[in-house]
Amino acid sequence: MTDKNTGGDVRLTGISKSYGSFTAVHPLDLTVPQGSFFALLGASGCGKTTTLRMIAGLEDPTTGTVFLGDQDVTDLPPYKRPVNTVFQSYALFPHMDISENIAFGLRRRGIKSVKKQVDEMIDLVQLGEHAHKKPHQLSGGQQQRVAVARALINHPQVLLLDEPLGALDLKLRRQMQLELKRIQTEVGITFVHVTHDQEEAMTMADQVAVMNGGRVEQLGAPADLYENPRTTFVANFLGTSNLIEAEVLETGSDVLVTAGGGKLRLPGDRCTSAVRRGGKVLVGVRPEKISLAHADDAGEIADGRNRVTGRIVDSSFIGVSTQYVVNSPAGAELQVYEQNIERDARLVPGAQVVLHWNPAHTFGLDAAQDIDAGVETVEDAA
Amino acid sequence: MTATLAKEAPGPVEEPVLRKPPARKRLVPYWLLLPGIVWLLVFFALPMVYQASTSVQTGSLEKGFEVTWHFQTYWNAFQEYWPQFVRSLLYAGTATLLCLLLGYPLAYLIAFKAGRWRNLLLVLVIAPFFTSFLIRTLAWKTILADDSVVVDVLNALHFLDVTDWLGWTEGDRVLATPMAVVTGLTYNFLPFMILPLYTSLERIDGRLHEAAQDLYASPATTFRKVTFPLSMPGVVSGTLLTFIPASGDYVNAELLGSTDTKMVGNVIQSQFLRVLDYPTAAALSFILMAIVLGMVTVYIRRAGTEDLV
Amino acid sequence: MRWLRKNLVVIAGLLTLAYMILPNLVVMAFSFNRPKGRFNYSWQEFSLDAWKDPCGVADMCESLSLSLQLAAWATLGAVLLGTMIAFALVRYRFRARGAINSLIFLPMAMPEVVMAASLLTLFLNMGIELGFWTVLIAHIMFCLSFVVTAVKARVMSMDPRLEEAARDLYAGPAQTFLRVTLPIAAPGIAAGALLAFALSFDDFIITNFNAGSTVTFPMFVWGSAQRGTPVQINVIGTAMFVLAVLMVAAGQFITNRRKKTATA
Repeated sequence: MTDKNTGGDVRLTGISKSYGSFTAVHPLDLTVPQGSFFALLGASGCGKTTTLRMIAGLEDPTTGTVFLGDQDVTDLPPYKRPVNTVFQSYALFPHMDISENIAFGLRRRGIKSVKKQVDEMIDLVQLGEHAHKKPHQLSGGQQQRVAVARALINHPQVLLLDEPLGALDLKLRRQMQLELKRIQTEVGITFVHVTHDQEEAMTMADQVAVMNGGRVEQLGAPADLYENPRTTFVANFLGTSNLIEAEVLETGSDVLVTAGGGKLRLPGDRCTSAVRRGGKVLVGVRPEKISLAHADDAGEIADGRNRVTGRIVDSSFIGVSTQYVVNSPAGAELQVYEQNIERDARLVPGAQVVLHWNPAHTFGLDAAQDIDAGVETVEDAA
Repeated sequence: MTATLAKEAPGPVEEPVLRKPPARKRLVPYWLLLPGIVWLLVFFALPMVYQASTSVQTGSLEKGFEVTWHFQTYWNAFQEYWPQFVRSLLYAGTATLLCLLLGYPLAYLIAFKAGRWRNLLLVLVIAPFFTSFLIRTLAWKTILADDSVVVDVLNALHFLDVTDWLGWTEGDRVLATPMAVVTGLTYNFLPFMILPLYTSLERIDGRLHEAAQDLYASPATTFRKVTFPLSMPGVVSGTLLTFIPASGDYVNAELLGSTDTKMVGNVIQSQFLRVLDYPTAAALSFILMAIVLGMVTVYIRRAGTEDLV
Repeated sequence: MRWLRKNLVVIAGLLTLAYMILPNLVVMAFSFNRPKGRFNYSWQEFSLDAWKDPCGVADMCESLSLSLQLAAWATLGAVLLGTMIAFALVRYRFRARGAINSLIFLPMAMPEVVMAASLLTLFLNMGIELGFWTVLIAHIMFCLSFVVTAVKARVMSMDPRLEEAARDLYAGPAQTFLRVTLPIAAPGIAAGALLAFALSFDDFIITNFNAGSTVTFPMFVWGSAQRGTPVQINVIGTAMFVLAVLMVAAGQFITNRRKKTATA
């Protein structure tokens, strides 16, 4: 389908966008390898959609260049770029039926006999019996598939997806995530996917760029981003992190720190900034890495593990796991996820507990940052 | 297919170049606006300037007119024709109020109670438009004629005794009285009241009524506290669309009234087209314009809405 | 009594409707009258004379055809200019926006007789001969604002992403406008056109000032109110009323059938 030899990487160099005095996207360099599923992840207003629209040609960059392969397309209007977009609201033409919508791009490029291709595409997205309906007669999920089909039929070098699943309910969204992933593997086209849903980005994408305030905070494979966040924003926005402010006691291949009277250890190469004795560092650990023991059983915990003592203030049963909130001298409201294998009946709110984990699972972040950056607030979640 | 689009690859740009949209693109809105705005400037705004200049001219048709800054014309015109001004505002105001009182129930009925009859009722509101309004106004001559059914019924109910006492009618007659003129004005501009009212009522979510009643509001309170305030945009644009044309109208006064019911429109028309006293006519229409624009501005400020249509 | 209170709104609304329809019924009835004398204001006897010979009155059908032509050209002009303005206002940012909005609003907030008189002043001062062209100029002028308002409302509710989607799918500016923008804005443009046609066809005051010796249909009716009203004007009035109602009914019928076949 696509020509693999053209070197179809998307390359953004020094690209930025300002509206008057407001800078939506700060100058950024980004390379999306050909054939990859690439996600731009961030909260609303972080500049991810603007970046996408600059690739599509719907927004003129203030500075910088957009390359598709070796071709500079910065000055090409959207209708001359081999790039297609699936819009957030789908933007299906309300006055055309489904097959006319899908045929639109082919017809505009002067292709006369489109019937066969359109029928194939309608089959690919499983909308056979709806070909002659108008968009408003379809459900949200069906409209979404039409939007994908309408873009894909043009065999673009890059397919841009602007929060295409945002309007769907949770179950349908999961289903469409898998389906989009399947289509991408099948056609081998580069997908650039914009989303604010970190789970969606991690399940679908090979590469994720986390954006915040018009800048790329970190770029990498989902697992790498999750295990080795380099900023508090990434640590909090991708999943949940327990961040504890600590003072450095010893440096070396193992770093020893103190927080709330206790001592913690972490590998030196997992610190993002240079640590020095007497300096501050933010110690981070993911909730599922922590084990919980009742204070009476503290003696049974193996040596060499990091320990923090505290008191359970809240617990909620989720099914596969139980989530605990623990207050300790080291930090308030630490999150712990325990698998429901052998539940200890003593672990109820009010109980004194010891949190312990393998020091290798600990990471250190620069303490000069906002410790709460990227924490989802009530408005964001809505 | 990508090959057709690929051109020779230029080297990467080293320096960040500030890109500006081409001038051609920035001029698009001005080209779109140009013809229509020029039309309005030449045939709406410029005539106002000419009229302003005419209003301070003196002279006669034979010798020609010239600008003498004769502001006296305004004072003379106002002194001579102030009864017509007062009458115009009074008739137009009464007609507007009547339109609101008559139009609101119908608009409400169409918006909330008509069900499947809604489209039919809307058609019936608009359909009279298709018969020339002059023909329909002439029909009122028949309806309000001295021996007509309507007048007989009003007479039998002693309604005309009351209106006679108020000075709205004379004896057993309705035609050629202020009441006939106001009836005609009300009739002619009623659709201009009903349609904006309907548009803003129709936008109101029916569940708001249920919510209000759920929160202990009686139907009357629901109307006063919820429905009516939400229909305010319709009330404002409806009253303006009725009052403004009614205040300058002279057709109803001419066809249904008498020499005692002449409005300022009649005076302007006859000064301009029969007497050919252009300065007085120009001064009169400027005074009318000033009064109407003044009232509209105050009204809009008071009603606190900027989007009228 | 309870029933009366419950249905008060319905009764009041229907009474208003009767008030609005009554003159049309009178016009219709009197189109079958055979009046004594020159005026058709009181009922004499039933007759089909006027219906058999609708153009039997001197100059009436000429004025009617003139009014239809005027309305058609005025609609075309106002729709062209008005649509362009509406698009500029909704889709672009530019200087002097407030001034332009006021310039469009003012003609709607001006008593007709004021515009009529000032336009006549202009034509007299410029030495332009009054006639078809001066009336057409005036009609385009006062229809323009109404078209702008109608089209603007529609364009504002249009999703700008639809045009972006078209450009993204290889449609150039012209193609985007013809295949996406125009079809979607069409209902607004049609509403504006219908309004302009009705306003122009039925206008009397501005026309009367600026027509010179040209006679449009409303001017003919006005003149006949002074000289004597032929039954034929009732025939024309009735025919247009019936025609309009039939057209609306047909339109309704067609959309209903389309809906049915679409859901079937």
